[in-house]
Amino acid sequence: MTYRWTLTMAMSIVHRATGVALYVGTLLMAWWLIATASGPGAYANIQGFTSSWIGRVVVFGYTWALLHHMLGGLRHLIWDLGYGFGPNEREWLTRAALIGSITLTIVVWIVAYAVGGGR
Amino acid sequence: MSTKTSIRTPLNRVRGLGSAHHGTSDFFRQRLTAIAMALLFIPVIVIIMSLLGRNQAGAAAILGSPLVAIVMILFIIASVWHMKIGMQVVLEDYVTDEKTKLAAIIANNFFSAAVGLASIYAIIKLSSGV
Repeated sequence: MTYRWTLTMAMSIVHRATGVALYVGTLLMAWWLIATASGPGAYANIQGFTSSWIGRVVVFGYTWALLHHMLGGLRHLIWDLGYGFGPNEREWLTRAALIGSITLTIVVWIVAYAVGGGR
Repeated sequence: MSTKTSIRTPLNRVRGLGSAHHGTSDFFRQRLTAIAMALLFIPVIVIIMSLLGRNQAGAAAILGSPLVAIVMILFIIASVWHMKIGMQVVLEDYVTDEKTKLAAIIANNFFSAAVGLASIYAIIKLSSGV
């Protein structure tokens, strides 16, 4: 028996991996909310992290993981309802989730720099 | 399955089955929280965009306003519930030693509850202005 590594198989693993990454990433969300509630000093600390190059990479990766996991999840909801199992449909859905997550991440960051930089 | 005719309905026969003896409740809640987050996604992105480039006082005022706080709390509840179920599935799949698995599942529950309640506490603190 010969197996071929398919895109849907790779996306299945990536869905889990992004889920686990988002799990750990909730620490960043909690840190951000607690810092805002704590005061200017704590807020300056998290701003120092998110504006550093490593912080930017983490938040950029987090944005992509979130969008990818959400689009992958919507794909799973379509499958749960019993649609999209045909060979063409499932490949199309999988490509759309992958291309969509990368495109939306870039769009979100362009808007973020345009909005945040203007203040 | 018995060849005799049973008066039990098919639903009654499968209810409560599975390793957790809770049937499909986790499966359903995983999808329920996913739909909740998909609906809240755009409002949450708008909230985060509105916070960019602001100082602590500005961010605190936005996060503490009622509608924003309610949306954030709903999103946090859906997130931590969803991730608790998701991580448990991952642990059940990959951790083979029963004691390690039990410890990991307990830690997962503690982590999810702590992150969720700490985040919600922060938002309530911002909302009440103390």
